[in-house]
Amino acid sequence: MKHFFVFVSACLAMAFGTSVADAQTLNQVKQRGQLICGTNTGLAGFALPDAQGNWAGLDIDYCRAIAAAIFGDATKVKYVPLDATSRFESLKSGAVDVLVRNTTWTLSRDSSQGLDFEATNYYDGQGFMVRKKMNINSALELNGASVCVQQGTTTELNLADYFRSNKMKYEVVAFKSDEETVKAYDSGRCDAFTTDASGLAAERVKLSTPDDHVILPEIISKEPLASSVRKGDSQWGTLVRWVHFAMVDAEEAGVTSKNVDEMMKSPSPEVKRMLGVEGKFGDGLGVPNDWVVNIIKQVGNYGEVFDRNVGASSPLKLPRGLNNLWSKGGLQYAPPIR
Amino acid sequence: MSTIGSSSPADAAALAATGRGSFFNDPKVRGTFWQVVLVILIGYLLYSAVENARANLAAKGQVFGFDFLSAPGGFDINQHLIPFSSEEGSTYGRAFLVGLLNTLLVSGIGIVLATILGFIIGIARLSTNWIVAKVSQIYVEVIRNIPLLLQLIFWYNAVLKPLPNPRNALSFGAGIFLSNRGLTVPEPTFGPGAENVAYAFVVALLFAFGFRHWARGRQERTGQQYPTGLVALVSIIGLPLLVYFLSGRPIHFDVPVQKGFNFSGGLQVYPELVALVLGLVLYTAAFIAEIVRAGIQAVSRGQIEAAHALGLRQKPTLNLVVIPQAMRVITPPLTSQFLNLTKNSSLAVAIGYPDLVQIFAGTALNQSAKAIEIMLMTMAVYLAISLVTSFVMNIYNRRMALVER
Repeated sequence: MKHFFVFVSACLAMAFGTSVADAQTLNQVKQRGQLICGTNTGLAGFALPDAQGNWAGLDIDYCRAIAAAIFGDATKVKYVPLDATSRFESLKSGAVDVLVRNTTWTLSRDSSQGLDFEATNYYDGQGFMVRKKMNINSALELNGASVCVQQGTTTELNLADYFRSNKMKYEVVAFKSDEETVKAYDSGRCDAFTTDASGLAAERVKLSTPDDHVILPEIISKEPLASSVRKGDSQWGTLVRWVHFAMVDAEEAGVTSKNVDEMMKSPSPEVKRMLGVEGKFGDGLGVPNDWVVNIIKQVGNYGEVFDRNVGASSPLKLPRGLNNLWSKGGLQYAPPIR
Repeated sequence: MSTIGSSSPADAAALAATGRGSFFNDPKVRGTFWQVVLVILIGYLLYSAVENARANLAAKGQVFGFDFLSAPGGFDINQHLIPFSSEEGSTYGRAFLVGLLNTLLVSGIGIVLATILGFIIGIARLSTNWIVAKVSQIYVEVIRNIPLLLQLIFWYNAVLKPLPNPRNALSFGAGIFLSNRGLTVPEPTFGPGAENVAYAFVVALLFAFGFRHWARGRQERTGQQYPTGLVALVSIIGLPLLVYFLSGRPIHFDVPVQKGFNFSGGLQVYPELVALVLGLVLYTAAFIAEIVRAGIQAVSRGQIEAAHALGLRQKPTLNLVVIPQAMRVITPPLTSQFLNLTKNSSLAVAIGYPDLVQIFAGTALNQSAKAIEIMLMTMAVYLAISLVTSFVMNIYNRRMALVER
């Protein structure tokens, strides 16, 4: 029902609201003094509130980084949890300024959903989780299985594609929210649960007996999880994109939240430009010149954020894999700040 | 409602002449004026809403239109009454039909079962047996006062999902299994000659109706009764059965067998459907029971005493005197319960039953990004279903209503 109200308000905003697609988001955010960030309703490692109601996760840190770049204060963020079916309408209607909600970047979403995708903060792929006692070692043995999936996702479409191309039969059981999907799988309604591999790792921790479940080796799709903004606001989109680039560039240059103050004195022209010691790169983005310093000091570089939320220092312990820097065999590559 | 034509200047002049006020104080003129203002305001509001939505859509490069209905969806739906699969490139339009049929299915089953159960409980509440009356009362009070959404989640999560997996399914014999994949029953398959059985059924049905008509006429003329119910039952069951054996037993049952992850063969009734029907029926029946009780109590006590005085026994009293009169009171509120049940079926979204809202206003909306079009269609469908239900019930109500001469 909650979704319905979000939807109705989104429709009303669509019908009666002033045109929100104008290149005004940055000014609106500055005037408001707060960033409104659309996030997941609860996915460990990406966006999850703790017992005190403080949000934490990779996506959350991106919201904080954008706020740090604009205001110099990473706490000036309001989080709006959105489920898969209401996320785009909420962004388009102006209910949120930016969507950082483990959302897959696809052509149709980028071209005809009224969104612009900006930066991939996690390269993911879809996998399957099954019960250990079924003795299954490959997703190709899932012929005839019931599969729980969240509706309105790319996962739902990939699932259909995968079983079709491998000439296997399956029963799809689709639920609206991630929690319902996992609960249904946990209670035995389905033989398998499918979502992005990072999501499988995150959800497995929440199951009643995590050790009874295994994640199958097959990765059946490309899921570049990216942040997105409303179509037609290139100034705002550029800022969101460069917040990500700055975090990747900082990791590559060895600038961390701990050494950023010393790095200000670094002789490296690259670091000097990045940290605003030389040049006026913040002006072009419409943010203070020390924007990168604020991001790194308050949130961290990409490697730190990854490690803290989903990597080795987190309960998920996901390997860097595709999300390593390009110089270390991964895909994270950012254009230079100059 | 006053119209523009009815407040002519002549009227106003006459009013002014009689000293009852100026032209501007004429209530007719003022009434008309405000109505015109209201119409213009509403018109402007509608126009600006449409225009604004169009402009906002255009700014995001989106076009209003229903072309997407013929585009392939690329997703699957587990419960489909008409063929639907991503493999055959089933379209969004077809997904709409699948969702619509699933909504109609659950509403149809729900309305029939809720009516039966509601009547039973409503009559039981008036029983002279203390235990029966109290049990019915407790049922009504408990069920009526718990939100339907909670009841649906209860039936789905607390009752159906803890059932064993298909490998350890509860067997009820005759190929009927209950597991956390739902209820699996033998599926009838129709061989050549099966249509004869269907014809026989229709013939038996017509015969039963004809016989009843004849028996009634006879009873009116002579006062003699025939056991029409028994004759109808024997003919409706007996004749098709006879034809079935005569045409060489053309109907077979595909018995489900446990195989791999699930059952192979047979007909599967998904737990989502069972939970939704259970929740809707039990909930709506509690309201119908109260309506039935009120309707029966609205029939004056004297009517029943008069029937008894005429020598009618308990059953004919109920069937011939009480219920026909009670129906006049029951039908209108019953209609709104039917409408409620249909609309409440959209709560299916909470338990993953693929109804119109879950499939079309959920999956299809999100995958196609046609939010305004899809919500308009969905709302139009619920409006249409409700209007048709009201229309049918109004016809029935007119037939039942007291004919005044």
